[in-house]
Amino acid sequence: MSVFYFVAFLSIFFALMTIFTRNPVHSVLYLVITFFTFTVHYILLNAQFLAVVNFIVYMGAIMVLFLFVLMLLNLNKDSEPLKSNLVKFMGAIAGMCLLITLAGSLRILEVSESVQLKNPDIGLVANLGKVLFSDFLLPFEISSILLLTAMVGAVLLAKNDPKKV
Amino acid sequence: MELAFVIEKVLLVSLIFVITLVIAMYSTLAERKVAGFMQDRFGPDRAGPFGILQPLCDGGKFFFKEEIIPAGAHKTLFILGPTIAIITACIGSAVIPWGQELTIGERVIELQVTDVNVGVLYMFGVVALSVYGIMLGGWASNNKFSLMGAVRAASQSISYELAMGLSLIALLMVTQSLSLKEIVVQQEGFVNWNIWVQPLGFLIFLICSFAECSRVPFDLPECETELIGGYNVEYSSMKLGLYMFAEYIHMFVSSALMATLYFGGYNFPFMNDLGLSQNWITIIGVLVFFAKIFAFIFFFMWIRWTLPRFRYDQLMNLGWKVLIPLAIANIVLTGVITVIKDTFF
Repeated sequence: MSVFYFVAFLSIFFALMTIFTRNPVHSVLYLVITFFTFTVHYILLNAQFLAVVNFIVYMGAIMVLFLFVLMLLNLNKDSEPLKSNLVKFMGAIAGMCLLITLAGSLRILEVSESVQLKNPDIGLVANLGKVLFSDFLLPFEISSILLLTAMVGAVLLAKNDPKKV
Repeated sequence: MELAFVIEKVLLVSLIFVITLVIAMYSTLAERKVAGFMQDRFGPDRAGPFGILQPLCDGGKFFFKEEIIPAGAHKTLFILGPTIAIITACIGSAVIPWGQELTIGERVIELQVTDVNVGVLYMFGVVALSVYGIMLGGWASNNKFSLMGAVRAASQSISYELAMGLSLIALLMVTQSLSLKEIVVQQEGFVNWNIWVQPLGFLIFLICSFAECSRVPFDLPECETELIGGYNVEYSSMKLGLYMFAEYIHMFVSSALMATLYFGGYNFPFMNDLGLSQNWITIIGVLVFFAKIFAFIFFFMWIRWTLPRFRYDQLMNLGWKVLIPLAIANIVLTGVITVIKDTFF
């Protein structure tokens, strides 16, 4: 349990650092560390597959692409556009609204009993695969089609229009 | 957790660490010797007999060189770059099974640091992480050539990771396990090696390993004719040394991984017909495993001095338009064959 609190503290700390740091590249790097702490959380929950996939996909691929784009944009403190007071004001109001909503929903939510998994090893690869291809086959296939659609869409957007050229 | 277990693992980790570093050191010498052999000259032969002290001299020289951090560089990230590069290179060897178990007195010692049941994915994660060292170093140098090198490294690594992952999926369909130990145990003897059932997968994996290690013909991140030295232009002293070291360690770990996944790891032909005791088989197995690794390292060097470097668009075309479709075809083929085998035989 103490390990959980320590890792949770680290997650929140680095997540806050992601927001508060001025340099976008630092921001991404803190986000990478945040994802790393998530990986540790998954391992603590005995979900090894999710841990490793989180590690590979988020830390290894998506964050590298983020970093890639930011490095090319060469953003830094001098070129950062100053936001007008109106935008800041609107941001503050929107944030407060979200806070109230969250607080309200948390108040309604009873503190639930911690769920006992029927099978504590559900996070291991073989078990997870079996569950995905039997009990959750339809949602699994639908989400793969969603991803495929997104991929085709991205290629279509990136492709040159032959009529224009 | 008993104390003896902890001591055993610490010893094993230290031993593997030392072996990795020594092999990386001597790979630098071997590379130059192989280059000499390919180009019909001697290679370094001044320091010690056959030049075997050359890596020590090089290392010493690296340590005593002046260390320069450019004024415009981001200091923390500049130092972090080579650090991450060397750490990610070293942690890969944790899940590789180096041999079967040794029995000393009452104790049975596994020659593998840890057998996680997602070993293959762990290796993949480590490979994915290793690009951060190059990217951070290249960006932090605040130099356009370095940045170009870093960007190339990132795009190359991501492109080839896909094909590598797909080629591994076909392998996993055959082995039905993600644990490296399990995969090696299945490949007992000679006819059970995975290379016989996954030749195309191995070819794709091999090419992707070259790309992930940034070895010739995929060394565009440090392409000296276009980028001077690529991501490591601004690095001097041991920091440059660490980048080079990381590359050689990568080569070693990739070779070990290829030997493990496709060439039977520590298994060798007729291993159970020799009538030797378990300890002897283990020892011979470890030697055989290292022989396979050295063969792969030699292959890496052989290619380096044989093929010219790709152009950048050729690199991307090969990755996206050739290797990925091939890898997907390989998955489909493997699936069809598995089904046919299960139904009719």
